[in-house]
Amino acid sequence: MAWLVLLLVVLMLGAAVLVLLLDNLVAAVAAASVVSLLLSVLFALLAAPDVALTEAAVGAGLSGAVLALGLRRLGLAGIKAEDDHA
Amino acid sequence: MHRIATLLFALGLGVLLLGLAAQLPLGATPMAIGNEILARAPGEIGAANIVTSVVLAYRGIDTLGELAILFAAATAAGLVLGHAGSRSRNGEAGFILRTGSDLLFPLLLTVGFYIVLHGHLTPGGGFQGGVVLAAAFFASFLARPSHRPGHGVISLIEGLAGAAFIGIGLAALAGGGAFLQPLLDRGMLGELVSAGSLPLLYLAVGLKVGAELAGLLAQLAE
Amino acid sequence: MDMTFAPDPLALLVIGALGLIVVGAAGLAFGRHLFRLVLALGLAEAGANLLLVIAGYRWDAVAPILTGSAPAAMVDPVPQALVLTAIVIGVGVQALAVALLVRVKLAYGTLDLAELKALVERDIRAAAGIGEPDSAQAPATLPGPAGLIGERP
Repeated sequence: MAWLVLLLVVLMLGAAVLVLLLDNLVAAVAAASVVSLLLSVLFALLAAPDVALTEAAVGAGLSGAVLALGLRRLGLAGIKAEDDHA
Repeated sequence: MHRIATLLFALGLGVLLLGLAAQLPLGATPMAIGNEILARAPGEIGAANIVTSVVLAYRGIDTLGELAILFAAATAAGLVLGHAGSRSRNGEAGFILRTGSDLLFPLLLTVGFYIVLHGHLTPGGGFQGGVVLAAAFFASFLARPSHRPGHGVISLIEGLAGAAFIGIGLAALAGGGAFLQPLLDRGMLGELVSAGSLPLLYLAVGLKVGAELAGLLAQLAE
Repeated sequence: MDMTFAPDPLALLVIGALGLIVVGAAGLAFGRHLFRLVLALGLAEAGANLLLVIAGYRWDAVAPILTGSAPAAMVDPVPQALVLTAIVIGVGVQALAVALLVRVKLAYGTLDLAELKALVERDIRAAAGIGEPDSAQAPATLPGPAGLIGERP
């Protein structure tokens, strides 16, 4: 249990840092969805199945779709890396 | 310079929050309100899922506020985005995508309504199921952009569902109770038809959220 | 766990939640691109949600759903209901932010924070009729040929 939590937390924080560091914004949105997905597993481990289901459906699914569609609408959804070094 | 200052700020924030979190009674929360709700909810509300009892019965007016915020956000997003006109720059999708969405549509619809209608028994409820319903309609919209459901239909479902939620609350008020107080017979704990008006409230929430989000996604995808 | 060293799961989770908040806040202060700011806000929000759920957790307690078996100790349902609300509102706010970004892109053609700041300040000065500071060009109150040449980069 403890090692599983350790693995999930490390992966989640790594994905969170990637959200800020990845040059490609589409990849950053994907990393944000990964954070939400791992977070929903953590919620399930914390005996909160309702919250886990919400986070998986809303955070990982809907939020990613909204952000990706927004990127397409903004014309930033290309493969080409953007000069956005934070 | 900017980078170093920001790094210092982040580290300082982390240390500050860690210091605060170290004083939390982790794993042994006092649960002043929680214990009371856990003791009374099965008898008072009759829903097997206590979180649903809290969301729809004890904090029902809060959920109404949540619906109002979601409605305002979706409406404002639609207003800001404006109407992209009828330029269908992407025509019909390929055969595989269309067949896949046709197969997926009834399955997603079933799962969505299952999650909505079992919200008082199992994890899930109107918000989660509503998102799944929106995904079902959005998938079929992606496969057939020309066959999008009319704006009027979406607004009608959304408005009727919202009115139903408030109407159930007002019916409780008219019956001498408080606003959004659970109505009807509580039934047997753990059965599908139980917990009074809670399944009806979650059905209204699910339809409203589903219609709202499907409309928002379709507008963003235009 | 029969290993000699096993980390405390709840402490790890608290570190994860605080890490998300810190990463989100750093992104908010660090970011040069408006879309990245929206993403960072979502991260900080997720961390706050995780912290709330941790606050309601108890050792040796089960999820707050009644089953047929004998009643056991349950975790606090109130923070879970709060977080349920917060997640749904969060995505609504995110959708509104994305819609506003589309509008900003239409109006100014860029989402870079530094460029936007310069453009917005130029517009404010033009609306107020104040000239460019440290500018050799004619003030905006006297629209001559020099003033009409925009300094849009």
